Amino acid sequence: MAKNIRLGLGALVGMLLLRNLYVILFNLPDEMEQGPIYRIFYYHLPAFFAAILCYITALVASSMYLIKKNLRYDAIAMSATEVGLAFAAVNLITGMIWGRISWGIWWAWDARLTWALICWLVYFGYLMLRQAIDDPTERAKNSAVLSIFAFVSVAITYKAIEWWRTQHPGPVLSIRTGKQLIDPVMENMLYMNFLALATLAVLMVIIRLNQEEMQRQIDGLRRRAHAI
Amino acid sequence: MPEPVLAVDHVFKYFGDYPALHDVSFSLNGGECLALIGRNGAGKTTMLKILAGLSGAAQGEVRLFGDSPRQASARRRIGLLGHGIGVYDELTAIENLTIFAQLYGVSAAVARHWLERTQLAHVANAPVREFSRGMRQRLAVARAFLHDPALLILDEPFTALDDRAIALLQGLLAEAKAAGRTIIMSTHQLREAMELATHVALIERGKLVHFGVRSAEMLADPTYVYRTFGAA
Amino acid sequence: MVFLQIAAKDLRSELRTKESLNASLSFAVVILLLFSFAFDPSSEAVAEFSGGLLWLVFAFAGALILNRSFARELPNDCLEVLIASPVSGAQLFLGKTVASFVLLMTIEVICLPIFGIFYDITWIPQALPLLGIFALGTWGMTILGTLFSALTVNLSLRELMLPMLLYPLMLPALMAAMRLTTILLAGNAIAGNDMVWLRLLIGFDIIFTALSLALVETILVR
Repeated sequence: MAKNIRLGLGALVGMLLLRNLYVILFNLPDEMEQGPIYRIFYYHLPAFFAAILCYITALVASSMYLIKKNLRYDAIAMSATEVGLAFAAVNLITGMIWGRISWGIWWAWDARLTWALICWLVYFGYLMLRQAIDDPTERAKNSAVLSIFAFVSVAITYKAIEWWRTQHPGPVLSIRTGKQLIDPVMENMLYMNFLALATLAVLMVIIRLNQEEMQRQIDGLRRRAHAI
Repeated sequence: MPEPVLAVDHVFKYFGDYPALHDVSFSLNGGECLALIGRNGAGKTTMLKILAGLSGAAQGEVRLFGDSPRQASARRRIGLLGHGIGVYDELTAIENLTIFAQLYGVSAAVARHWLERTQLAHVANAPVREFSRGMRQRLAVARAFLHDPALLILDEPFTALDDRAIALLQGLLAEAKAAGRTIIMSTHQLREAMELATHVALIERGKLVHFGVRSAEMLADPTYVYRTFGAA
Repeated sequence: MVFLQIAAKDLRSELRTKESLNASLSFAVVILLLFSFAFDPSSEAVAEFSGGLLWLVFAFAGALILNRSFARELPNDCLEVLIASPVSGAQLFLGKTVASFVLLMTIEVICLPIFGIFYDITWIPQALPLLGIFALGTWGMTILGTLFSALTVNLSLRELMLPMLLYPLMLPALMAAMRLTTILLAGNAIAGNDMVWLRLLIGFDIIFTALSLALVETILVR
């Protein structure tokens, strides 16, 4: 049953991604100022939102773990963080490619770029900490605390770094600006691909969660076997 | 029926999915002394850590003097002697005891008194680093007894003690028991423990397989408990 | 006020051995010296990033101090005895934070004049506000650092893990402290638009002090 859900979700994501790719490449026109490279935004921006969604999930799951002490929440937090890191990497790399074409440089120490990198390092530290702790209960507890600290710090950094330096293009979506800055067809495509990437993220979290639960069962059985 | 000093009620503790403690229940009253025995890794230390408030139970409840072990009022009445001696090497004997006297809210005079009782008064101002093993252990005993605890939690107290420290500790424990204090100790030194114990508990693979009054047979043959109640 | 007793104990221990104090201070001076090779120490530009330099030194020196904070309790299982004592986790944590704060402030106060001499920076007219910024920034660093010290105390890799977790997470405080210190070292007063950094620094300290005090008991009781 659970496996069928994963397969169904996988098929759905696959179709959605292919359909979006087709529309992005063949149906939509080039952008006036930037030319064809603007298409990378259809992945850059949705990947960012998918990553944020993952980090928020991790925050909620970590808090839930500390309240309920149920290792399932820990597994959710860990899976969401890992998947979030993957999407954050997509966001960073597509951003760098765009920067190379538009700004002529791979990396600019611009506010949001720097922030994305910090975010990545912070959550990578979370995974490092997990790896260093053997006892699953201790690991769950300590990494849950770190996850909460990470989120709060990263949220503060987001604002702070904007005061420090910025050259990244401003917000474009109409829900953030309240104005129609981009063609509605293009904006809709962004939402469509966000839907595709978000579903992909959910699928990946589910798969990772499943692996983690199995791993925990194996570890439990192993300890039991040692005790005999 | 007055509230027992220590009540353990269906306690579970897990390492991941593996139950380190499985449905453990027992209780002790004032003046009782429990010898907690079992093989290494059976769950003795885990149990004692939960009692001392160092670790939380996953399910079930532990009550000390009717309170949770994490209540300051309950912890104020616990004396803990674990594997390590729990004193600072770089500080002097009297500094160590004074700090713990402060933390437990007893007067500095008590710290001096305990240095005398453990025959360490002559080295009160020497750093613990310079102490011999036996002296360090006596200082640890002084640290654990300093605040006249109503409940003593001892994790293998006789292991690695020298003769003098064993004699000192046995005397103090007998005195505490006579004064109505409660003692719980894990141990492999069955002979020493059985003399003092009023109750005996056997833990095997996280389960409490036996809890009962210490009988004459146990005193005569310390391995009796393992043979009678143990699985293997 | 139990936390003051804990802090006094830590400070006394540290003054007896001077382990982390000596290591941290000499490390700080070495880094101050190394910077002189990274750029032209006599150039005018130094004033523009003086705050940044100084806080990098403090951050490096701080990691050495903070590493010892809970690790100090490991020999002889002292940590267990402290947690089992009537002292609450929050008091214990606060005491340890105060001890590290005092140690790190000492190092900073020694480093500032050395920095002034090496890089020809005038700091004396701004000494008081500088001290205030040092205190706010250092509190932010020690509160987070002490928490991570507790978080990593049982790990074999703790000396590596602590700075790796601490530096990115304390970035908002670090940015604010750097910016404010640079302003002060340039001889200006903190006013107008720069007040936002002061508010950020204070806000950071308050948020993480509250969060740490709320969560530290969970970390200490396994």
